[in-house]
Amino acid sequence: MSKNGLEIRWHGRGGQGAKTAALLLADVAFKTGAYVQGFPEYGPERMGAPITAFNRISNEEIRVHSNIYTPDLVVVVDETLLVSVDVTAGLKEEGAIIVNTPKSADEIRPFLNGYKGRVYTLDARVISEEALGKYFPNSPMLAAAVAVSKVMDWDQFIKEMRASYEHKFAKKPEVIDGNMKALTMTYEALAADLCS
Amino acid sequence: MARKDRMSGNEAVAYAIKQINPDVMPAFPITPSTEIPQMVSNYIANGQMDTEFIPVESEHSSMSATIGAEAAGARSLTATSSAGLALMWEELLLAASNRMPCALALVNRTLSGPININCDHSDGMGARDTGWIQIYAESNQEVYDNFIQAYPIAEDPRVHLPIMICQDGFITSHAVMNIELLEDGEVKDFVGEYEPEEFLLNPGKPIAVGPYSVSNYAMEARKNQEEALERSKEVILEVAKKYEALSGRKYGLFEEYRTEDADYIMVIIGSAAGTAKQAVDDLREQGKKVGVIKLRVFRPFPADELAEALKNCKAVAIMDRTESYNGNGGPLGSEITAGLFRNKVMIEAVNYIYGLAGRDFTVTDVYDIFAELQDAIENGTKVEQFKYIGLRK
Repeated sequence: MSKNGLEIRWHGRGGQGAKTAALLLADVAFKTGAYVQGFPEYGPERMGAPITAFNRISNEEIRVHSNIYTPDLVVVVDETLLVSVDVTAGLKEEGAIIVNTPKSADEIRPFLNGYKGRVYTLDARVISEEALGKYFPNSPMLAAAVAVSKVMDWDQFIKEMRASYEHKFAKKPEVIDGNMKALTMTYEALAADLCS
Repeated sequence: MARKDRMSGNEAVAYAIKQINPDVMPAFPITPSTEIPQMVSNYIANGQMDTEFIPVESEHSSMSATIGAEAAGARSLTATSSAGLALMWEELLLAASNRMPCALALVNRTLSGPININCDHSDGMGARDTGWIQIYAESNQEVYDNFIQAYPIAEDPRVHLPIMICQDGFITSHAVMNIELLEDGEVKDFVGEYEPEEFLLNPGKPIAVGPYSVSNYAMEARKNQEEALERSKEVILEVAKKYEALSGRKYGLFEEYRTEDADYIMVIIGSAAGTAKQAVDDLREQGKKVGVIKLRVFRPFPADELAEALKNCKAVAIMDRTESYNGNGGPLGSEITAGLFRNKVMIEAVNYIYGLAGRDFTVTDVYDIFAELQDAIENGTKVEQFKYIGLRK
């Protein structure tokens, strides 16, 4: 990866939308003019099994086609993975990890194999259930990945996501506002941590 | 005007097929190529193309129907992977020996066993002696570009052979990346209408396709076929030149990346070439004279051209993403070393097997290989000539 690129590794369970989130991130980053790569690691896909997905985002052409071993950012969509998967493996100290959990960063840190970098937590369930009435963690976690990595301007992200949802949910317009609300709520939930 | 977009490799191939709008596509689904017929049938259902789509009950039938349609005079294609290609084995040979210029989108996946859905080149390489033209791609962009060049190569009267457009399963087929697309009209003009000289549904000029041939003539038919495959080399280059004029993207039999003054060169096929290029840039920053040759056209095999391109380096790493089970080397290793010997290019040539059944291939692997070649040349360290990289310790 070129020095000025961003590498993200997603950890989730089959059916939670980690792969979709990675592809959506590639999509919105593309719209900002970046070079992008979004891909899942494929195996025998089963609902609930641990899955990994990846993003590379850069202002230069991306040529590397391997998985990501030294990510700048790790996003954990399901906190139960913390006991079975070494989610911080290779994660850069100057990078960050975001975990979907009702717990605080201090409560989560002991599960991160001594990771010394920034730790953010987000209760995507509370946000998703309030905004959408259902538990879809991928929109909040995508918003968190953008807010923490600052890979693109937040207002531009919101604008592109609205366009993307309007396209994707053309036949279900009622879910557009809910998803947009989930993004905004995520930003507000993280705002205090991001300033400190 | 080129249009910037983002797509997976499978989306890119399906989009190229939509733009080409061929006459007939028989297909049977198999991971990881399933999306291609799926997307094409969506395009057809939405009225965006009018290809006749034939859902069949196996790959044996999809290739048979492709050959049948092509023989009737229709521009035809199918898509498959792995065991699907294996089930087409007999028909692959029939397509080539009956000189059918049909196309096959191959999304490379390993063959069993252990059963596995991930990428290596054992399917495509297993079909290397079937008489098809084989073109491999590094990225979604390349597989799109290669597909648009497929028919102008295959249908050229000097060639008249089937063509396999290959990409790495999942690694490019399912990865979304940036891509530049041509306009529909540009593709239609470039590919043109198919006007076969001879075809079955031609009442004024009856022919037979696939008849028995006695030994008196069968060998000549094989020789003609072999000559056509050799001639396809110049056609591939001509078509690439025209495509460059249209798209601005340059293609050849292989791509030489930072090789002019290179002491150490890696020859590699497919998506891993991109990873190798990144590693070469990193090593060049440390002053190492290294380069990459990405082989695009595996059939016809550019043995002499590769020997010429390698003759000034001290050592070459030849990378095979399949096993030949001969204890001597993979397909690329065996063919390149044969070409080097015939051209009296006596350099150190180490054949590495990598990336089998989806094993990841990383920039660190490339650093290690170049370090090993350098150690062999500078310190005389003995290196096994045929070895695996990336095995669990």
